[in-house]
Amino acid sequence: MNPRTTEQWSALGFVTPSVLGLGLFTLFPVGMAVVMSFFEWPMLGTREFVGLENFRYLLGEDPDFLTALRNTFVFTGLYVPLNLLLALGLAFWINRSRWANLWRVLFFVPAITPMVANAVIWKLLFQAVGGEPNLLADGRTALLAVVAMSVWQGFGYNMIVFSAAINEMSPSVLEAASLDGATGLRRLLSVQLPLISPALFFAATMTMINALQVFTQPYILTAGGPGNVTETLVMNIYQAGFESRDLGLAAAGAWLLFAIILGVTAVQFLGQKRWVHYES
Amino acid sequence: MRASRLLSHTLLAGVALAFLYPLIFAVATALKPPGETFGSPTALIGSELRWRNFADVFDYVPFERYIGNGVLVSGAGTLVVLAASALSAYAFTALRWRGRDGVFLVFLATMMVPQEVLVVPMFLLMQGLGWVDSYQALIFPWAFTAFGTFLLRQFFKSVPGELREAARLDGAGELRVFLRVMLPLARPALGVLAVFTFIGYWNSFLWPLIMINDVNARGTVPLGLQLFFGQNGNQWHLVMAASVISVLPTLLLLVALQKHLVKGIATAGLAGR
Repeated sequence: MNPRTTEQWSALGFVTPSVLGLGLFTLFPVGMAVVMSFFEWPMLGTREFVGLENFRYLLGEDPDFLTALRNTFVFTGLYVPLNLLLALGLAFWINRSRWANLWRVLFFVPAITPMVANAVIWKLLFQAVGGEPNLLADGRTALLAVVAMSVWQGFGYNMIVFSAAINEMSPSVLEAASLDGATGLRRLLSVQLPLISPALFFAATMTMINALQVFTQPYILTAGGPGNVTETLVMNIYQAGFESRDLGLAAAGAWLLFAIILGVTAVQFLGQKRWVHYES
Repeated sequence: MRASRLLSHTLLAGVALAFLYPLIFAVATALKPPGETFGSPTALIGSELRWRNFADVFDYVPFERYIGNGVLVSGAGTLVVLAASALSAYAFTALRWRGRDGVFLVFLATMMVPQEVLVVPMFLLMQGLGWVDSYQALIFPWAFTAFGTFLLRQFFKSVPGELREAARLDGAGELRVFLRVMLPLARPALGVLAVFTFIGYWNSFLWPLIMINDVNARGTVPLGLQLFFGQNGNQWHLVMAASVISVLPTLLLLVALQKHLVKGIATAGLAGR
C-alpha cells in the first residue's frame, strides 16, 4: 500500500468514534427534531402531520409561549450586562491585588458548584431575609430575584476570562499610552478596553447564548411563578414535551429558540467590526 | 499609597464576604437544630452546632447513592470524551485525508446546536435503544462533543511536525505516535478538558431530570438534591446540609486544581476567538 492510502485508513480509524457519536447523538436528533416539529407527536398514541401548525400555535394561540419569550428576553437583557460589568470591574480591581489568585478562585466557586444546590440555598435566603411576601413570591420582583441569583452564580467565569486578557495586555502599549498622557478613565476607555475587546466579545456572545437557555435557576427558585412571570423558554419547552407530552410542540419551540440564538449571535458577529480590535 | 492599598484590600475583602454570604449562610443553617432556621433575629448560629444533620441527610435519602452515581456517570463520561476527542483531534491535526476540512466544518457546526433542540428527539432515541432510566443514557448522548476535539486540536497544532516525522522514521505507526508522542505532550490540555467535562456531567440537571425515573436508584447529585428539597422544603436544616454536601466535591476539585482551571479557562476562552 502506498503511504497516502495508509494515512487515509488510519485517519478513518481515528475519527470514527467521534463521527459515529456525533452522527448518532447530534446529527440524527437534529434531523429528527426538524421532522418532529411538523407533526403532532404525542408521547403515546398516533402522530399526525400538521405542517406549520405547531409554530402557528406557539406564536399565535399558546398563552404561555410569548410570555416565556418576553421573560427570557428580560432576563437576558438584565443578566448579560450585569454579569459583564461585575466581571469586568472586579477583574480590573483584583488584578492589582497581590492575592489575585485567591480572589479569582473565590469568586469562581459558584460557577462550578451544582446550580441546583446554589439555587436551593438562595431560595432559603430569599425566604429568610425577604419578609412577606418575599422577593420570589412577589410578581413584581420575582424575575429580578432570579437575575440576582444567576449573576451571583455566573459572573466568576467571565471574571477569569477578563482577568487573563488583562494580564496579557501589552506593557509597551500601556506605557506608550501613559507617556501620551492617557490616565484614569481615558486610559480605561480608549486603551485598556480596546486591548481586551476580543475577550469582551467572546464573553458577551457566550453569556448571551447561555442566558437565552436559562432553565435551572427559575425552575428551582420559582417553578416559573408566581403566575408565569418567571417562566422561561426552556421551561416552556420542557413543559410542552415532558409534562404535556406533546413532543412535536416542544421540538417546534426548541427550533424557535435556536433561531433566536442564531439571530442574536449573527447580529453580534456583524457588529463586532465596530468595536472589537484584533492585534494583527 | 499604602493607605489606599489597605483600603482597597479591606473593601475587596468586604465584597468577597458579601459574595460568599449565601454559602456561609448555607453552612450555618446546615448546623442549626430543626425549627431554628427562621429564628429571629436571623442569627447565623443556632442554640447548638448540630453536626448530626449531615448524617441525618443520609438517613432520609440514599445520598451516598447519588454521589456514587455521580462519580460513575461523570467518570465514565469523562473517559469517553477524552478518548473520542483526542483521537479525532489527532486525525484533524496530524493526518492528511480526503474530506478533512469538510468533516471539520460539520464538527464545528454541531457546536451551535443548543441542548434543548436535541433533548426532545434524544428522548425518543433513548426509548428506541431501550436506554430510558439507565446510566448509559446519562453518559453517551453528551460524550461526543466537537468542543473537546476543537480544544485538543489547538494544542496538538502547537506540537512541531518534525517530532512526529522523527517517530515515524523510527518505525512507529500512527497509533504509537499518538499514544507515545502526542498524548504525553497534551497532558495539561487533557487535564483541563477532563476537569471541565467531569464538572459538566456532575452538575448537569435538565437531562437527568428528563431521563431518570427511579431517582433513588440511578439519580445523580443535582437530581437527588432536587427531589429531597421538594419533599423536605420545610426541613431546611437538612436541605442545607444536603446542599453543602453536594457542593463539596467540586469545591475540593477547584482548590486542588485552581491554577490549571484558571489557565484552562483563559486558554479555552482565547480558543474561542
